[in-house]
Amino acid sequence: MASESVSAEPIDFRTSPDRYRHWKLALEDGVAYLTMDVNEEAGLKPGYKLKLNSYDLGVDIELADAVQRLRFEHPEIGAVVIRSQRDRIFCSGANINMLGLSTHDHKVNFCKFTNETRLAIEDATEHSHQSYICSINGIAAGGGYELALACDKILLADDGSSAVSLPELPLLAVLPGTGGLTRLVDKRLVRRDHADFFCTTAEGVRGKRAQQWRLVDRLIAPSKLVEETKKVAEEIAARSDRPKDAKGIALPTIERTIEGDTLRYPHLTVEIDRDRRAAHFRVGGPTSPAPANAAAVHAEGAAFWPLALARALDDAMMHLRLNETEIGTWVLHSQGDPAAVEAYDALLAKEAANWLVREIVLYWKRTLKRLDVSSRSLIALVEPGSCFAGTLFELVLAADRSYMLDGVFEGSNLPEAAVKLTAMNFGPYPMGNGLTRLATRFLAEPEHVEVLKKDIGQSLDAGRADDLGLVTFTPDDIDWDDEVRLAIEERAGFSPDGLIGMEANLRFAGPETMETKIFARLSAWQNWIFQRPNATGPEGALKLYGTGKQSKYDRKRA
Amino acid sequence: MAIDYSQRIPNNVDLASDRRLQRALENWQPAFLDWWKDLGPDGSNNFDVYLRTAVSTDANGWANFGYVKMPEYRWGIFLAERDPDRKVAFGDNKGQPAWQEVPGELRSTLRRLIVTQGDTEPASVEQQRLLGKTAPSLYDLRNLFQVNVEEGRHLWAMVYLLHAYFGRDGREEAEAMLERHSGDPDKPRILGAFNEKTPDWLSFFMFTYFTDRDGKYQLASLAESGFDPLARSCRFMLTEEAHHMFVGETGVGRIIQRTCELMKQHRTDDVRALGAIDLDTIQKYLNFHFSVSVDLFGQETSTNAANYYSQGLKGRFLETRIEDDHMLTDAAYDIDIVEGGRIVHKSVPALSALNERLRQDYIDDCGRGVLRWNKIIEKAGIDFEMKLPHRAFHRRIGAFSELHVSPDGRVLSEAEWKANESKWLPTDEDRAFVTALMGQAVTEPGKYAHWIAPPARGINGQPVDFEYVRFN
Repeated sequence: MASESVSAEPIDFRTSPDRYRHWKLALEDGVAYLTMDVNEEAGLKPGYKLKLNSYDLGVDIELADAVQRLRFEHPEIGAVVIRSQRDRIFCSGANINMLGLSTHDHKVNFCKFTNETRLAIEDATEHSHQSYICSINGIAAGGGYELALACDKILLADDGSSAVSLPELPLLAVLPGTGGLTRLVDKRLVRRDHADFFCTTAEGVRGKRAQQWRLVDRLIAPSKLVEETKKVAEEIAARSDRPKDAKGIALPTIERTIEGDTLRYPHLTVEIDRDRRAAHFRVGGPTSPAPANAAAVHAEGAAFWPLALARALDDAMMHLRLNETEIGTWVLHSQGDPAAVEAYDALLAKEAANWLVREIVLYWKRTLKRLDVSSRSLIALVEPGSCFAGTLFELVLAADRSYMLDGVFEGSNLPEAAVKLTAMNFGPYPMGNGLTRLATRFLAEPEHVEVLKKDIGQSLDAGRADDLGLVTFTPDDIDWDDEVRLAIEERAGFSPDGLIGMEANLRFAGPETMETKIFARLSAWQNWIFQRPNATGPEGALKLYGTGKQSKYDRKRA
Repeated sequence: MAIDYSQRIPNNVDLASDRRLQRALENWQPAFLDWWKDLGPDGSNNFDVYLRTAVSTDANGWANFGYVKMPEYRWGIFLAERDPDRKVAFGDNKGQPAWQEVPGELRSTLRRLIVTQGDTEPASVEQQRLLGKTAPSLYDLRNLFQVNVEEGRHLWAMVYLLHAYFGRDGREEAEAMLERHSGDPDKPRILGAFNEKTPDWLSFFMFTYFTDRDGKYQLASLAESGFDPLARSCRFMLTEEAHHMFVGETGVGRIIQRTCELMKQHRTDDVRALGAIDLDTIQKYLNFHFSVSVDLFGQETSTNAANYYSQGLKGRFLETRIEDDHMLTDAAYDIDIVEGGRIVHKSVPALSALNERLRQDYIDDCGRGVLRWNKIIEKAGIDFEMKLPHRAFHRRIGAFSELHVSPDGRVLSEAEWKANESKWLPTDEDRAFVTALMGQAVTEPGKYAHWIAPPARGINGQPVDFEYVRFN
């Protein structure tokens, strides 16, 4: 059965401020002002109006773009204010009619992307020192308050009516979908009894109580809100370590062509094999030697290989997630010179203190995390001529399984498959659980990770990589084709739901973090509740919302 | 020291034996009096005013007349008599016995409804606090004060419900209603129209005609509520609200009458030169107040309104007299909406269109008074007709707020609107003229300001030259 998204216009994640329809971006005195003014008529799909600053994926694509651009294009910006253009409404969260019209997979993909954007906001605050401040005039409900929760500071107008709320449970019989519950108790450390009351009260909490309960940081008289917000933001911006006098680099629209089942980017080609429901990611190594220093990186700008590749991977993943939902397996290949990749890694490590290099490394971290939570089976193929070194070796570590050819293919003059570790495998790219992929892989023997450091820079052939536990299987050229084909075909035969659950369970070993909790609970609790009749059955609350009809619940506790 | 509340606060809710209510009122009553003294009618605390006080809900009790100093006014708590067999008349709970206690799952929704209604009552007192300075007569001054004390009593009625049925949250909400103030940029009243100024008596009469009539329709739909104490409370408030609209309708009518008399007498349209308000300006004020008042009914299609109905909390106007299933689950209703920049008529689910339906009932009702005003003009032999503007004219809330629409319902370009706005809405110059005309208050019994005709009859059978207010 064809999915409903096949015939529809594909969703494009590429945008830029001159094309925004829902946000206004202004820069002043080291502070960026991201002002939400959702165009009701400009929903991503037909059939719903984005009333009251509610959002759909299209609104969030613009937000994600703005968050990303501010980091790269504006080193001089140390603080970002999120606020609303509307008079008495900050943001009323995800549009309910849109959710009602969406397929389950679209809803989940939408939630996942909005979660990644919220985490990117937190990442910008914590690691890029571009701190987010939310200035709430009016009502911040549901996803509106969750957006605020992603910010470092929440300022609330104290006008007797501006309020924050998470009305999902009482109004819709579902849970907040962008980490609201987790951030309440894990980030803002709201007492659980207060949180319990808050999350069951549709109108939410305002004024003094909101502050006393830690739901917001500060109350400000509405007539002073704009001015005080500016003051707070400028103080925070002044403390940022971002270079005030540096110039940013432009992020031009990502070059992409789609011809039939092939997507082409600079340094990346994705080929879709519909019969096996697999997409082959072919990552290209550097085509020019690593520049000498940070200044040269700056001069290359968005064309700098690691940045161009990260942008391509990011866009390809989003395209496949939303527009190719039946392509369940992503097969990761690479092609190029491992030594060249290693040289780039060395540059990234050497210039780690430079603001732009820091951004690029952080972007790779987020892109790899995006891969971790894409709900696709990941198989890495380490073939002759591949360049899985350092940063690119993270793709192999991210895979559920990896196959590395032992030896060479007959009649091929490509060099024997080899992998390489660099310093980048030992810290800069933690997973959502806070550990590196190597540390997560070797939870049973943490000392092994230390041992591996001795192999940094060594060209590791299949035998050695297998000994070190870095790859799963190492078939020779006689077995290779069948082994690989069977792995991919077998994957395509399993239940996609079962696979998603199993893979996520196995991928995120080790400690829980706010981030792992958010994704785990989204995929477990929220998705379960979203599918239950009490929410989406004919008499469910989400289904009936807006009709004025009252939901009828199955009262059994499961 | 124990206070005998049944003496100070006339009531039919057995206040004397309700400890919870007494405790709540012990704190709230002094705060209310402080608010009245600070933000009630300016400089009036020592006046003796010939006021109507309700001391019971029966025919004799609800209209007791006598001189009262307003801070000593006995703001009572009255609910219409209880019908022990009353049932929820509409929505999913139709047919259940009417609730005497708040159903737990409806608590916050109901509280929000009561707070929104309650917030408007003190707001209008604040808006009107300076009008006494320019009263056109003692009769009008007294009517203003009567409206003010009754708005105060309506606040009490809503505060009673909050205190009696909503626990600590209710007490906090009751306090907050004295903390928000009309037009205060930091703590404004909840609804926009209640933060506008009421700077002159033409505005006051228009306000009581149009905006208090919104109150009538809100109260009437809450009087249908399945929550019986709210229904009974609103039913009694409606008897008082009628007087406010009477003040508005006769006030505007008397201004029109005076203008027509002068036009006829001097054979001129230029009554401004004669110290009266020209009919065009009156029409502009009408346009303004009508349009801000229709905004109060909210969005054309509303999930909240649908929920209130299905939950049995807020009905339609005269719900029980409508002949249908009172569920509306599959019913449709035609409304005007905006599509592609044009106004089109469209059928939508009736549940979602309840705001618009109530707005339609309201507009029909507004039209009746306008007919009576036109009778006055016609009787004077003047060729002029007052008209209600189109519902889409000058809107700030709802689908029409994105359009520019003329009073006769044509969609205009921005340029056309700009070119004509001053013909349709009061200009700064118009407002300055009306304000200047008001001048000093007329305080001699039986005298009336030049720009307004005396009333046909006085209050409670008293003559029109009765001393309705003693200044002491």
